[in-house]
Amino acid sequence: MKYILMMNTMRAGHGVPEWPQKDLRTHIAFMMSLNKELRESGELVSAEGLSFPEQARLVRAGKNGAPVTDGVFPESKEFLAGYWIVDVDSAERAYAIAAKASAAPGPGGAPLNMPIEVRPIMSGPPLEML
Amino acid sequence: MTKPWDTTSEHLLRELAPQVLGAVARRFRDFSAAEDAVQEALIAAFIQWPKEGIPDNSRGWLIQVASRRMTDQMRSEIARRERETAVAAETENLTSILEIEADMDPDDTLILLFMCCHPALTPSSAIALTLRAVGGLTTAEIANAFLVPEATMAQRISRAKQTIKTSGTPFRLPSPQERAERLPAVLHVLYLIFSEGYASSIGSHLQRFDLAREAIRLTRNTKTLLPDNAEVAGLLALMLLTDARRAARTGPDEELIPLDKQDRSLWDRLEISEGIELLTVALGKGSIGLYQLQAAIAAVHDEAGRAEDTDWPQILALYELLKRVSPGPMVTLNHAIAAAMVHGSAQGLQLLRALDSDPRLASHYRLDAVRAHLLEKTGDYEAAIKHYRVAAARTTSIPERNYLMTQAARLAGE
Repeated sequence: MKYILMMNTMRAGHGVPEWPQKDLRTHIAFMMSLNKELRESGELVSAEGLSFPEQARLVRAGKNGAPVTDGVFPESKEFLAGYWIVDVDSAERAYAIAAKASAAPGPGGAPLNMPIEVRPIMSGPPLEML
Repeated sequence: MTKPWDTTSEHLLRELAPQVLGAVARRFRDFSAAEDAVQEALIAAFIQWPKEGIPDNSRGWLIQVASRRMTDQMRSEIARRERETAVAAETENLTSILEIEADMDPDDTLILLFMCCHPALTPSSAIALTLRAVGGLTTAEIANAFLVPEATMAQRISRAKQTIKTSGTPFRLPSPQERAERLPAVLHVLYLIFSEGYASSIGSHLQRFDLAREAIRLTRNTKTLLPDNAEVAGLLALMLLTDARRAARTGPDEELIPLDKQDRSLWDRLEISEGIELLTVALGKGSIGLYQLQAAIAAVHDEAGRAEDTDWPQILALYELLKRVSPGPMVTLNHAIAAAMVHGSAQGLQLLRALDSDPRLASHYRLDAVRAHLLEKTGDYEAAIKHYRVAAARTTSIPERNYLMTQAARLAGE
């Protein structure tokens, strides 16, 4: 079963970029090693980090379908910072990976305990039950 | 001498794969390394044979390439340990291909099957390893079938082999008693490959490797190896009798078509008659089991010319047997459907109530889907709509969700 683990974090202008160098390094190393671990366990489907909110644009179709872009509203509570897609044997295993990612080290090396949203990826239909 | 590569050649290569692996693993007494070496030999064949033709002794060719890999690896391993003196002795292991072939055992594939479905492995690891070692699929094909990166699948397989290595399982056939104990796990892995293939045979996954067909091939081979086992035959029958309905299962927009609405002229008559024949022989052996019963239920459906001709009392009787042989919430659920067809929806709904408190099923979409269906039949549309929508929110399948939402919308519009 595949799950997406969405890391929602950091409002615009807050968070990572202002951390001391040592904490940043620890955080980045943690994320790299988590990805490596998931690759080696044969569970990683993909992992992507997203840009900071400064580069995000809200797009809607205007007249004639032309794109109308807008900045992200500054009062947005959460931003999707990145995600993992894992292929695991149970929901519990997906939650365990999410908990690990959630506890990524932040300022002073303390666990961030970020909220990670876990959702199943939809698949084809199961065998017909008779 | 060679013969040209044609449409049957890929099949030949996959059939040879477990034989070659059995021979090499036996010779070098290292399943894990032999499995890698055979994979490389297969890939080499996939590249060379279409261009240069299939060698006369194709099996010998594969054994030779795989053995060479093994020896190269052993040499470099020995060199690494700076024990050059041992090289000569070890190299002598690589005698003639004829000698290796002479050591081959018809049970090799069976040994591999039990090895790959080892109890220490998780289902997903056992599936991947079985497809590669017994099925002769490449890592890329397996990765494609499961829509994961090739590197991830390679890791999954290599970890599975590590687990087997750690368990210290020798390369030999388990005792008859152990075989009997472990056969259900082997059949379950084959069943899971089939159901994965069946689930992925529609929609955006059309380009995926056909796992359902692969599962049928592997089960067919298993039946050749264990010709007297009624459950192996039962599983093969179940797969054929289910696969027979494949073409009727979806509409032009990939929408799911339930059994009672399918165009039965699209059902595969050959698969149905083969399935029924297998089942008849299996049932005659007198050791009834989970797969034979499910196959029997599938056969009753397949034998009905129209949905309204379905022999529901017989299906109900089979579910009652299944409840005894292999009890579980899903069986109870399907039993309730059959009971509703025979004794009316009210009785079906009554039986469903027993499942509300079952934690294995309490939030499973299937309970709501069945309840919605039965409520609709009793005329309680409002409640049916509610349960169709709950089921739609709980399923993890897009075609199923579309189907359930459409059912709710249809009733809401009436």
